[in-house]
Amino acid sequence: MKLTLKIWRQKNRNDKGAFVPYVMNDVDPEMSVLECLDVLNETLILRGEVPVAFEHDCREGICGSCGFVINGVAHGPERGTTACQLTMRHFKDGDELTLEPWRAKAFPLIKDLVVDRRALDHIIEAGGYISVSTGQAPDGNDILVGKEIADESMDAAACIGCGACVAACPNASAALFTGAKITHLGTLPQGEPERERRALSMVAQMNAEAFGNCTSIGECTAACPKEIPLEVIANMNRDYVCASFRRRDDLPTPVPPAVHRA
Amino acid sequence: MTLDAKIPSGPIQEAWAKACFDMKLVNPSNKRKHSLIVVGSGLAGASAAASLGELGYNVKCFCFQDSPRRAHSIAAQGGINAAKNYPNDGESVFRLFYDTVKGGDFRAREGNVYRLAQNSGKIIDQCVAQGVPFAREYGGSLTNRSFGGAQVSRTFYARGQTGQQLLLGAYQALERQVHAGSVTMIPRTEMQDLIVVDGQARGIVARNLLTGELTVHIADAVILATGGYGNVYYLSTNAKGSNATAIWRAYKRGALFANPCFTQIHPTCIPVSGDYQSKLTLMSESLRNDGRIWVPKKKGDSRPPNEIPEDERDYYLERRYPSFGNLVPRDVASRNAKALCDEGYGVGKSGLGVYLDFSESIARLGEKTIRERYGNLFDMYQRITDENPYKVPMRIYPAIHYTMGGLWVDYQLQSTIPGLFVLGEANFSDHGANRLGASALMQGLSDGYFIIPYTVGNYLATNKFPKVEDSNPAVQEAISSVRTKLDKLLSIKGNRTVDSFHRELGKIVWDYCGMARTADGLTSAIGKIRALREEYWKNVNVPGSGDDLNASLEKAGRVADFFELAELMCIDALDRNESCGGHFREEYQTADGEAQRDDEHYSYVAAWGYAGADAAPVLNKEPLEFHYVHPSQRSYK
Repeated sequence: MKLTLKIWRQKNRNDKGAFVPYVMNDVDPEMSVLECLDVLNETLILRGEVPVAFEHDCREGICGSCGFVINGVAHGPERGTTACQLTMRHFKDGDELTLEPWRAKAFPLIKDLVVDRRALDHIIEAGGYISVSTGQAPDGNDILVGKEIADESMDAAACIGCGACVAACPNASAALFTGAKITHLGTLPQGEPERERRALSMVAQMNAEAFGNCTSIGECTAACPKEIPLEVIANMNRDYVCASFRRRDDLPTPVPPAVHRA
Repeated sequence: MTLDAKIPSGPIQEAWAKACFDMKLVNPSNKRKHSLIVVGSGLAGASAAASLGELGYNVKCFCFQDSPRRAHSIAAQGGINAAKNYPNDGESVFRLFYDTVKGGDFRAREGNVYRLAQNSGKIIDQCVAQGVPFAREYGGSLTNRSFGGAQVSRTFYARGQTGQQLLLGAYQALERQVHAGSVTMIPRTEMQDLIVVDGQARGIVARNLLTGELTVHIADAVILATGGYGNVYYLSTNAKGSNATAIWRAYKRGALFANPCFTQIHPTCIPVSGDYQSKLTLMSESLRNDGRIWVPKKKGDSRPPNEIPEDERDYYLERRYPSFGNLVPRDVASRNAKALCDEGYGVGKSGLGVYLDFSESIARLGEKTIRERYGNLFDMYQRITDENPYKVPMRIYPAIHYTMGGLWVDYQLQSTIPGLFVLGEANFSDHGANRLGASALMQGLSDGYFIIPYTVGNYLATNKFPKVEDSNPAVQEAISSVRTKLDKLLSIKGNRTVDSFHRELGKIVWDYCGMARTADGLTSAIGKIRALREEYWKNVNVPGSGDDLNASLEKAGRVADFFELAELMCIDALDRNESCGGHFREEYQTADGEAQRDDEHYSYVAAWGYAGADAAPVLNKEPLEFHYVHPSQRSYK
């Protein structure tokens, strides 16, 4: 089938970007969107033009590398699907697809469809873990975890850290991402001792990065390729409020945000 | 070169404890004075960097992705083995050891495998404590399942995303150390060369993928955890960025490369659908627990699968291997699928596929149970193929998935270059000629959490580390050789893209050094690879420049290394005149088509040494001794 890809091209952060249309005459419906870009890039290279930069790695929807906005929707129109798993059979002959990068102040643009998502790593670095050093663990079955609890934790742990939630949010908030980690760890008995400290530290870092605030719109969960439930944000808010009350004297200091680092 | 694996003498059960006791320790207050480099942030790299950071070493960890959490360990689906014997079904450390040595077709080192089995239980404990949400019983205990080729239930899992959850555990431990200041994480940076000073590995040359800047990093030891080289085949289940550059450059600096021809073909992947295809998608082998594999009894039968009556179906694995049935090891399952497709029994448009059918399990257990076990895999299959596997059988075909070969290491995980340690899939050590399912995660984490923290300490405590300046000739030579190569790739501006070369190379290796190999085929493959490599260096077109994000340039460097590695794989496959595990030489098979080993002549690790650009590689042999598991013809009948 024949498609037109309107792709955001921007050489670097300081350059002024623009949409450039590319006509593709022979798109196979079985292709993924990324394979479509591969084919386009092969032609661009042979024409002596600069290929489109986009991020990708596993191409099976789990590494979280890929992602851009397709026709106004993060990762495109299919629910629960990353860009790498979105096949062209969801589009019709003659369609025009607009591809643009995640747009959020906390994700500075690098080139074309590639942005810098280090801010998400910073949030994990601030406290998205259970402090157990190698060798300290008791036997696995010494810690009993009911199946329902493990399932609830796993639902939140499925987050792939792609940043679609931020891109989808009109405020560019990272609440779904942060809430997912707080829920994953805070739901489990292993995560209980640090539950309050974790919520305080991670939320403080989230606020320090250039993300917006959550106003409970819910676009994040609708765009999430792993369908992380909105409840994780409620869990985060609950843990944060309780912790702020009980640990007023012990508030964490965030590290400088990604946008301000070199 | 004499290869000394340094396995402690005495009973195998005591070997690791003895080795640990014999190792020299670094005084706690001296640890922060030692700097270490970890290249790669997958299960092995992240767990190593985190554990070494916890001990107090000064660690720099590198990955080429934007975040350490992207490493391809994340895509492992099925599970991780451990000798816990929670199900009370006869599992033990010895059985896991025995199964791994046998599954590897007696081409692995007994001492390493035993230690792996010993560590397996501690890995589960560690991961549980980190908050990995493993599957649980209603009573709260950990659930196990049996997995490809095992007759006991020893596999722990987190839905179909075990690799993801284990990697996130290791990544979080790593980020905790970043926060503590003991680990510096350097993402979007690719190792380009190893710096060897006076015979010791002392650092790396790395390229910043955003700016193209080449930087030198000096340390007291270098740890490579950069994964396998399956992408030499172009189409594989590896991530697009997975590459062999780090281990290949180390090989060219003097590390030996062991058993390069031992590659694993995974039996359950989604078949190829077109020429544009960029990678293959694995369907977890756990599906074989409840799915039955079959082809039509009639060649070229084009009826839809549901219209083929029961008595016209050939459940060939159940027929040929009554005791293991659909759960035979990966190499056996893959080879049978290929053989039947080659004979014309294959299904699907291309004829390269067999059915994996769940109708019986759904009838027996109900759709709900099947959905609970495999829901995300079924969804993934449907997303890719637009077919509903709850209603029609899946179509599957083997694809390259894992490489057992890798840099040669001793029991301390140290390569033949002192100070260069190699972990996880990047080394060769534990899986012999075929890896059992759910053992890769186990090895990566065993190496990173429980072995390297000990052995690197011993190395640091027993060696001296004179200061290395950037002006050192070895450093300057490494940088200039990297720069020359990058400049050369950028300057050719020929008529073919990197991908077109990679695709053609992959096809050669798949056809001649894939599931079945012959002496004639391998000889001609070597010629074809050389000719194509020559064309590559004259006619490749790498657009753009070297001073910004340039994916084509990154690929070009990796493919240049794949060309050389592909040739070594064929040389190794040609030299090993036997069949074993994933290495199937058609000339050497039993009467009923199984791999025929030649223990008298080939019971050794083939460790190849680099001898120069135009010289043949030098073969070194590490003889394998089996004191605990007696080599036998593997039989899964």
